Amino acid sequence: MNTEKLLFSGFGGQGILFAGKFIAYHGLLSGKNVSWLPSYGPEMRGGTASCGIIISDSDIGSPIVSEPDILVAMNLPSLDRYEGSVKKGGIIIADSTLIERKIVRDDVEAIYITATALAEENGITPLANMIIAGRLLSILGKYNKTEIDEALSHVISAKHADMIESNRLALKIGAEK
Amino acid sequence: MAEKVLMKGNEAIAEGAIIAGCRHYFGYPITPQTEIAAYMAKRMPKIGGTFLQAESEIAAINMVYGVAAAGKRVMTSSSSPGISLKGEGLSYLAGCDLPALVVNVERGGPGLGGIQPSQSDYFLATRSGGHGDFRMIVLAPASVQEMASLTIRGFDLADKYRMTSMILADGTMGQMMEPVDLNFEIGETYDKPWAARGTDMKREHNIINSLSLVPEELEELNFKRFEKYAEIEKNEAMWEEYLMDDAEICVVSFGITARISKNAVDAARSQGIRVGMIRPITLWPFPKLPFKNAVSHIKEFISVEMSMGQMIEDVRLATECRRPVTLCNRVGGMIPSPEQVLASIAEADGKEADI
Amino acid sequence: MTVFKKPHALTDTPMHYCPGCTHGIVHRLIAEAIDELGIEGRTIGIAPVGCAVMAYNYFRCDMIEAAHGRAPAVATGVKRSDPENNIVFTYQGDGDLASIGMAETVHSAARGENITIIFINNAIYGMTGGQMAPTSLPGQITQTSPYGRDVEQCGYPIRVSELLSTLDAPEYIERVAVNNVKNVRNAKKAILKAFKNQVEGRGFSFVEVVSSCPTNWGMSPSEALRWIDEKMIPYYPLGVYRDKSDVSNTDVNGKGEVVQ
Repeated sequence: MNTEKLLFSGFGGQGILFAGKFIAYHGLLSGKNVSWLPSYGPEMRGGTASCGIIISDSDIGSPIVSEPDILVAMNLPSLDRYEGSVKKGGIIIADSTLIERKIVRDDVEAIYITATALAEENGITPLANMIIAGRLLSILGKYNKTEIDEALSHVISAKHADMIESNRLALKIGAEK
Repeated sequence: MAEKVLMKGNEAIAEGAIIAGCRHYFGYPITPQTEIAAYMAKRMPKIGGTFLQAESEIAAINMVYGVAAAGKRVMTSSSSPGISLKGEGLSYLAGCDLPALVVNVERGGPGLGGIQPSQSDYFLATRSGGHGDFRMIVLAPASVQEMASLTIRGFDLADKYRMTSMILADGTMGQMMEPVDLNFEIGETYDKPWAARGTDMKREHNIINSLSLVPEELEELNFKRFEKYAEIEKNEAMWEEYLMDDAEICVVSFGITARISKNAVDAARSQGIRVGMIRPITLWPFPKLPFKNAVSHIKEFISVEMSMGQMIEDVRLATECRRPVTLCNRVGGMIPSPEQVLASIAEADGKEADI
Repeated sequence: MTVFKKPHALTDTPMHYCPGCTHGIVHRLIAEAIDELGIEGRTIGIAPVGCAVMAYNYFRCDMIEAAHGRAPAVATGVKRSDPENNIVFTYQGDGDLASIGMAETVHSAARGENITIIFINNAIYGMTGGQMAPTSLPGQITQTSPYGRDVEQCGYPIRVSELLSTLDAPEYIERVAVNNVKNVRNAKKAILKAFKNQVEGRGFSFVEVVSSCPTNWGMSPSEALRWIDEKMIPYYPLGVYRDKSDVSNTDVNGKGEVVQ
């Protein structure tokens, strides 16, 4: 029995909810139970955006992620807000292009990735979120091409099918970093 | 196994309604249920249905009344302040014995309140959504799967008994995504010879009306309607029991708080506390039977809800006050944590919780 | 030889209206229009809250009783439940249509719902016993304006036909009266047109009927009919305010003069 609780956070427009949805779909396609719960309301516009994802072998009770195993922070306010909530022994992944400070907690594993800069360098500027998602999957040992392709086809509508390739690239960059 | 899709609770309600054959939706934007309207706006024109953004909640429920009177499946959705506005229409639907589905994705109140989740419209939903003596069938989903399945069930019950079914959800249930299996068997269809859709010059005219100026006649109508309600109370209560067989403490909770409570019950069990849970799925009719059975071996009930204590009254009624019932709650858009529920369970058990 | 007889679309139920009330006339004109167009079998009428609350007993077509002011919303639902078949009309008084139901009125017009609205303007709340209506005239004495309608305090009457004619969608808006033979014949033409428009799918058609309420006006029936000529019509000029089917685009200005 294994349960992973993830919290994706950043500011509106970074694709936080999208990346979370991708991860949730990836979990679903791996045969797990999943839940995805976003923050909603005015704070979505301009302020912080976040979503909690639970991926589990067993039935999911509360979908609320108050003590994440893994925190993704894509801006400083999110790191400030959620760093303290991460479970002891958990992981924090920070976008170090946008977050200049170091992670203070010494009882968690701190991972820095210059996701925003990497996205720009590779000509996929809006996809820092998916670079981090790729990193996350590789940490979880779940970077698996079949499920990734299938999950992408679920979260990217047919109308935007041309985006699949760049998303795949972003995931790859993140996983190999 | 059919393929599951990841859907938001609000979208699952909308898709469930479409699967149930609903082709008419009327609504007005309000957080946190607007995804239902957005989904319908996208889908209805493609399947020959009607999506209409009404000028107000009042207009929307009266458009629902019109379609219901004409004998077709119809729905509206809103969140707490909007449901207050629909109260007039809910009463008229009841007075005319018309079937309709109304969704309330609750938020904190009273007044404009907030937009975060709440369960504080329990009284509104189960006691009466408007003036006069009437009931609505109230269904409380606790998963995105149930957001779809109970919507379909709601339409079926509404047609069967010619009354309003209300889906009582909250902001969390509406916003969360979970896998949903959308393969449903659709129930029977109902003839509606009473509907106002034109006489075709083949019958006497049908009149859809709730005006009755002769008290003896209006009294009789009320008696008849409550005979129907008694039938529903006997036949349609739904609930889920979790680890109740040997339980000494019983958590009672519905919707999102039942999900949270389940975590707490599991945690308490791992500490050796004999606790179980009853999750009412229909809030009206409130499931009395599991409480009747539980009273013999439960020493304390804990009502976990996001209100100042509304369902707790039904728990007391269902247990005939034979056991203490305590309240574990958060309000105003706050959600109880599993730890808070666990602490209440431990207190009922007479010891400190290991949290 | 034409024998005068009751239209088929009216039932045999005796009407409950007061002596001299013009509701009966308008009911008959609607029933004649339904008969002439042969649409009784697919017509659904929406009754208001007000004196005409029991109109559902008088029309032989299917009828729905609406909450106060909500008839246009109910009509919207009924029409959209089967737009190809259903012919839907509402019958509403001034309190119902222009006060508590103003939003439903304006928005059904703004959407151009393909329905027919018959609006009875008699400048008073009849059923509740003669209170001030949104169309009560300045200085008019009612139960709730016992010293006469004070425009400083309660504002001015609402001219609904003019108000709705500022919208783009409506197909047809006309104000008629039923206080003499000539006006009744005009009213008949207007009501027939308002139904025919719907049958032809032309859209929102609205007929305001300036009517009398001798009981609550405190007048004899004949005095009431004169009062319509002397007081009501000067404030509520009769005429066509919108007719998209009329290529000459006839319109009426605020003084009741026909303008091109």
